[in-house]
Parts: sequence; structure tokens; C-alpha cells
Amino acid sequence: MAGYVLRRLLVALPTLLLAAASVFFLMRLVPGDPALLILGDAATPEAVADLRAALGLDRPLPVQFLLWLERVAAGDFGRSITNGEAVGPLLLDRFAVTAPVVLAAVGAAALLAVPFGMLAAWKQDSLADVATVTVATLLLSMPSFWLGLILLLVFGLWLGWVPVVGWVPFAEDPWRALHAILLPVVTLALVEAGVLIRMARASTVEVLRLDYVAHARAKGVPEGRVLARHVFPNAFAPTLTLIGLVLGNLLGGIAVMETVFTLPGLGRLLVDAIFARDYPVIQGVMLFIAAIYVLVNLAVDLLYPVFDPRVTAD
Amino acid sequence: MRLRPNLVIGGTLLGFVLAVAAAALVWTPHDPVRTNLRRRLRPPSAEYWLGTDEFGRDVLSRLMTGAVTSVTVAAATVVVALLLGLAIGLAGGYLRGWVDRVLGALNDTLLAFPGILLALGLLAVMGPSRWGIVLALGLAYAPTVARVVRGTVLSIREREFVEASRALGNSEAYTLLRHVVPHTVAPVTVLATSLFGWVILSESALNFLGLGVPPPAATWGNMLASARPFMLEAPMLSIAPGAMIAACLLGANLLGDALRDILDPRDGA
Repeated sequence: MAGYVLRRLLVALPTLLLAAASVFFLMRLVPGDPALLILGDAATPEAVADLRAALGLDRPLPVQFLLWLERVAAGDFGRSITNGEAVGPLLLDRFAVTAPVVLAAVGAAALLAVPFGMLAAWKQDSLADVATVTVATLLLSMPSFWLGLILLLVFGLWLGWVPVVGWVPFAEDPWRALHAILLPVVTLALVEAGVLIRMARASTVEVLRLDYVAHARAKGVPEGRVLARHVFPNAFAPTLTLIGLVLGNLLGGIAVMETVFTLPGLGRLLVDAIFARDYPVIQGVMLFIAAIYVLVNLAVDLLYPVFDPRVTAD
Repeated sequence: MRLRPNLVIGGTLLGFVLAVAAAALVWTPHDPVRTNLRRRLRPPSAEYWLGTDEFGRDVLSRLMTGAVTSVTVAAATVVVALLLGLAIGLAGGYLRGWVDRVLGALNDTLLAFPGILLALGLLAVMGPSRWGIVLALGLAYAPTVARVVRGTVLSIREREFVEASRALGNSEAYTLLRHVVPHTVAPVTVLATSLFGWVILSESALNFLGLGVPPPAATWGNMLASARPFMLEAPMLSIAPGAMIAACLLGANLLGDALRDILDPRDGA
């Protein structure tokens, strides 16, 4: 077990480093001088040279990278070009909007998907199974931003149940904040439930075929207990991996949701930064999301043996 | 072979989208970019089947030319992703050793950026354009292709017929092309079908965010984005482009499922 944990950690660390390197060098591909970008076209050559020295841009690239890495490791992501704000606190601030949406959506999707997927597999090829798979396929074929717009049209504009715009931070008014994230959470949960239902069903179908399930049934173990104790842990392990991937995908695509529902989260920050060519912010958001994605998948890997102890054996 | 509803429905949906795109190349009911402010936000009528948008442009014509953009961008992106992914996957899976380790590390790094995040980063550098999207999404999806190809190659290269080809004195390149590559066709075809749907979704999302094909060209994504303020007055503006994206995605998913069932006899998801 300790060896397994160590191996996983040793895989995650280089991935993070390489991700940081690719973000850094990607941003260096941008045409134009960052110092000139900060100061504007009217700057004197001396001022540009001074700022280049201050930012360390006159150093060789690998040195710049290591210095940058050192600062990032200490939580210093630099300052925004547009308003001079420190990027690190800005990221945390926006993440406080994004995180509840994504976590609630994944949680709701998993709670919805696992029972439906397992029941569909248990009643394989029945009408209920076909109906579940059809609904799941329809859900996962829904563009989330379109579903979001339609839910907004129906529940926001026609029925007036939720506010259409207006974000209030949780600290100020938790009740209104909950209202504001309700539709985005429902939208994302529905779309992602489609993927998870199919996965939960597929892995349950495979487990139900195994001899030990037949053996448990032959022993006279009640069917409910067979499903809960013998089938669920084994069938859940692959679904857990997918939940990790889904969480990352949601983070990657969150910009669209936050645009539909006018939420000031990480995704919106990234898109606004792209329009403003605010490279320190772009760099910060990309690295932040990639790091969370790697960490979530690491957490999933570490949780995996709880459901499927075989993986630690090799 | 029994009738497969997935194959029929998926094929019909994708065929419909391709037919709409093909038709738009030769004919649209109106000029998709001509504005007429006296005819803004008209409901569907005999002259404007799907109504007009906030600039008085015909929604149906814009939907049709949007299909051309989405289909060509998606097809080009899938080709880029397949070529890159095949090259990386074949090299890694067949040569193994340090080549595989280096390529694998690169692949894992790209996979550390979820979904369209990598494409967003690349577009930030390249600036929004049609070919920028193709390159950005192509690079973003290539690692997925590479992983599938590598896995297939690794399982095939140890089989007796590959050994036999080498034992007969065939060159490595010949063995690879003649005996290994054909086995990747089935999984890659299944993947390419699903990829087509994912790319249309991602491309629409990027256009929705305003990071794609510049206006006034119509894309389903930018039509949806500009429809948002007029949702109540003209719901058709929001419904129509999204329905086209959903049709592509559903079509690609169903067709992908059907192809997997046909090409891969093992019982899968």
C-alpha cells in the first residue's frame, strides 16, 4: 500500500512540472515583448529595458523558467497586466465561485448515475434498461451551454423561479448565492450524469457476469445484499476514475457555463484575460486548473484501492 | 446482421447535417450576412422559415452556412488529431524504449490539461481564427488518439504473425505498415466518429465564447451567444443553433456506439 501511494505521487509530480513548463513556454510563444505590452507603445526604450530587467526578461529562458517556478511554488503568480492585481489571490477568489458549482454538479451527477446505472445493468435488456441508456445518451449529447440557455429561458424567464443574472458572494448572502448556482449545477449534473450512467451500467454488467456473484447468489445471499456488498464496490471503481476525469473536464469547460449564467468564476476570468491579452492571468488560470486536475486524479488513484484492493497488489 | 437503431438514427442525423452543409454551398434561401434592421427579430414565417435575428438576417440561411463552418472545421480537426495521434502512438507503441517514454511523458502532459482548456491556451497565443481552432483542437485531441493507437500497437506487436513477418526478413517499416497499422483502423474509426461530435461541441463552445471564427460569418456558437439577450422575444434564435449542435453530437455518439458494436465484437460500454 505504501509503495502504491509513493508510486502514484512520483507519477503526479513530473506531470505537474511538465504542465508548468508547457504553460510557461506556451506563453513565451506569444508574439511581442511583455514589457512593451505592460507599458504601452508610448514607452521610452529605457523604461522598457528597466522593466525587462525588473521582470527578469533579460535572463536566458531556462533561468526565467526556474525563477518563475520558484515564485509559483511560493504562491506568487505575478500581477495582472490590466489592473495590477496579484494573480494568486485573484485565482483563489474566482475559484471560490467555480468550486461549489463543479463539486455540487459532480456530486449530484454521481448520486444520480450510480443507482440508475446499476439498476439498468441488473435488469439488462429490459424496457427500463433501454430507456435508461437512451436517456443517458440523449443527456450526454446535450451541449451544456444550450441546455443551460434553455433551462434559463424556462425557469428564469418564463417561470421566474431563479434570478437570470446577478451573482452575490456566498459570504454576503448564502441564500441568493445558492439560487444563482442552482441552474448551472443542474445543467452540468444532467449532462455529466449521461456519461456516468453509461459507465456505471457497463461496469456493473461485467461484474454481474463474474463467478463470485453467481456463488453469492447460490449461497442464498439476498439479492439486495449481493448488489450492495458484492457488486457495488467492484463496479464503482471504474466509475470513480471517470468521476475524476469528469471533474477535470468540467473545470476545463467551465468558462462556457459561467458565460451563460454570468458567474464571475475561474473560467470567465480566463476568457476575459484572453481577450485582454493579460498573459500572467492566462498563465495562472491554466496552471491552477491543470494542477487541480492532476491532484484530483491523484486523489482518485489513492481512493481506488478502497473499492478495488487488487490494484495495490502489483 | 440485425437492424441497429443506433446505426440508422446516428447515420440519419449526421447525414442530415452533411446534407444541410452541402446544400448551403450552392444555395441558401437568403443572404446569410445581409442585415435589414426593419425586419429584426421576426418570428418564423413563409418567407423566413426560422425567423430573423437581431440584425434582420435570415436565421435558416445562417444556420446552413454555420453547418459548413462546423463540418469543415470538425473534419479538418479530426484529420489533424488523427495524423498527430497516429504518428505519436505508432512510434511509441512500436519502437518502445526511450522513444515511448519521452512521447508518453509528452502525451501525459497534454492530457493534464482537461477538455478545451489546452485549446483555450493555444488560441490565446495564436489569436482567434478558423485555422487556429483546427490546430488548437487538433493538438488538444491528438493525445487521446495516440493513447488508443499505442495500446492497440502494443497488444498487436507481440502476436505471432508480426514475429513471422520479421522472421521472413521483412523490414520493420514494412511489417509496421502491412501487419500492425491495419489493426488500428477499427479502434481509430470508432474514435474518429466520436471525435467528430466532440470537436463540433468544442468548436461551438469556442465560438460561443467569441474565440473562434470572427463575425459576421455565422457559426452555431456565435449565433447562440448573440441570441442570449433576445431569448424571451425570439426563443427560436437560441433553440435552432443548439438543436443543430445536439443533432451532430447525438449522431456521432450513436454512430460511434454502433461502429464499436460492429467492429469490436467484445462486449463493451
